[in-house]
Amino acid sequence: MVKFFRNSFQKLRLAVQLIFTALTNGYIVGFLQGKIYQGPSKKICLPGLNCYSCPGSLGACPIGSLQAVLGSPKFNMSFYVVGFFLFVGALLGRVVCGFLCPFGLVQDLIYKIPFFKKRKNMPGHKILVWLKYVMLVVMVIILPMFAVSAYGISDPWFCKYICPSGTLFGGVPLIAANEGLQQVLGGLFIWKATVLVGILLWSLWIYRPFCKYLCPLGAIYGWFNPIALSKFQIEKDACIDCKKCKNVCPMDIPVYAKPNSAECIRCGKCIQSCPTECIQVSLLSGKKKVSAESEKTIL
Amino acid sequence: MKKEIFMCKKKIHPLFWISLIAGILFMILGIWREEVMVLYQKAIYICMECIGLG
Repeated sequence: MVKFFRNSFQKLRLAVQLIFTALTNGYIVGFLQGKIYQGPSKKICLPGLNCYSCPGSLGACPIGSLQAVLGSPKFNMSFYVVGFFLFVGALLGRVVCGFLCPFGLVQDLIYKIPFFKKRKNMPGHKILVWLKYVMLVVMVIILPMFAVSAYGISDPWFCKYICPSGTLFGGVPLIAANEGLQQVLGGLFIWKATVLVGILLWSLWIYRPFCKYLCPLGAIYGWFNPIALSKFQIEKDACIDCKKCKNVCPMDIPVYAKPNSAECIRCGKCIQSCPTECIQVSLLSGKKKVSAESEKTIL
Repeated sequence: MKKEIFMCKKKIHPLFWISLIAGILFMILGIWREEVMVLYQKAIYICMECIGLG
C-alpha cells in the first residue's frame, strides 16, 4: 500500500489539484452567462491565487482581498486576511502551491508539453527569487495603502497590472461570454494579455516561473514552510548523500540540506525518489531507528 | 539478536501554535471590524481592474 502510494503520488497530487480547482470554481452558470457568483461563500478566502472575478469562483482571492481592504478608506490593515495567512500558513505552508493553487496547476500542465532545452531555473535564479518579495511589498502592500485617489480609494495594483490568474480565469471567460465587456477592451487588457501569454510561454521552458519569481502568495506561504504541520525532516543517519532529492526537485532545492526551504512547493518528488526514505513529513512519521532487546514497538 | 525498532518522532514547531492561534484571533478581529464586508463587496462585483478592463 505504501509502495503504491509512493509510486502514484504525483498522479494523486494532480487529482487533488484538478478536483480542488473544479470544486472551488464550480459556478458553471457564471461561465455560461458571463457573470460571477454573489453568494455568501464569497466572504471566505480561498487558499490559492484564485481570482474572485473568475465566473466560476465560489470564494475570494486572498491577495485581491488584502489589496481591497488595504486600499479602502476605512482600513489600513486587514486582520482578517493576515489571520487567514497565519492560519493556512501554519497548517499547510506551500502545500497550497503544490496542491491547491489553480495557476500552479496551469503551469504544471504547460511544463509537461514537450519543448526543447527545458530548464528548472533561469540564469540568476538566486537573485530572481527575491523579486516575488518585492512584488508583495510594493504591488500588494505599499501601493494599495499609499497610492490613493482623492476619495481615499486605491487600485488593486498587483491584480490590475500583473496577476495572470485574473486574466486567465476571470478576464478571458468573462469577456468571451459578455458582449458588454467586449466593448470596453483597451490598452490595459492588451498589457495583461501580454503578461499572461508571456508567463504561459515562460512555463513551457522554465518550471513554474511565476511561482518562483513573481507570486506574492508564494512569498507569504514560503515563510511558514519551516514551522507548518507539513514540514519535512531529514533522518541524518539514513541519508547517504546521493543528492537524488536535489536532482529530481523541480524547484532545484538541495532537500538534504534545506528540507524546509521557502522555495519548496511540497510536490513530494524528493520523498518518492529517496532510496533510504530519510525524508519524512514531520507530523505523519518521523522514524528513528533504535536498537533494543525489547520486542515492543513504540509508536 | 538485536532487533531494530522504529520510534515515531513527531515534531511540531512551537511557532506553529502561535501562528495558528494568532490566525484565528486575527480573523475573529477582522470579522468584528467588518473588514469582511469590504472584501465581500469587492468579490461579488466584477473587478474590472482584475480582468484587465481598468
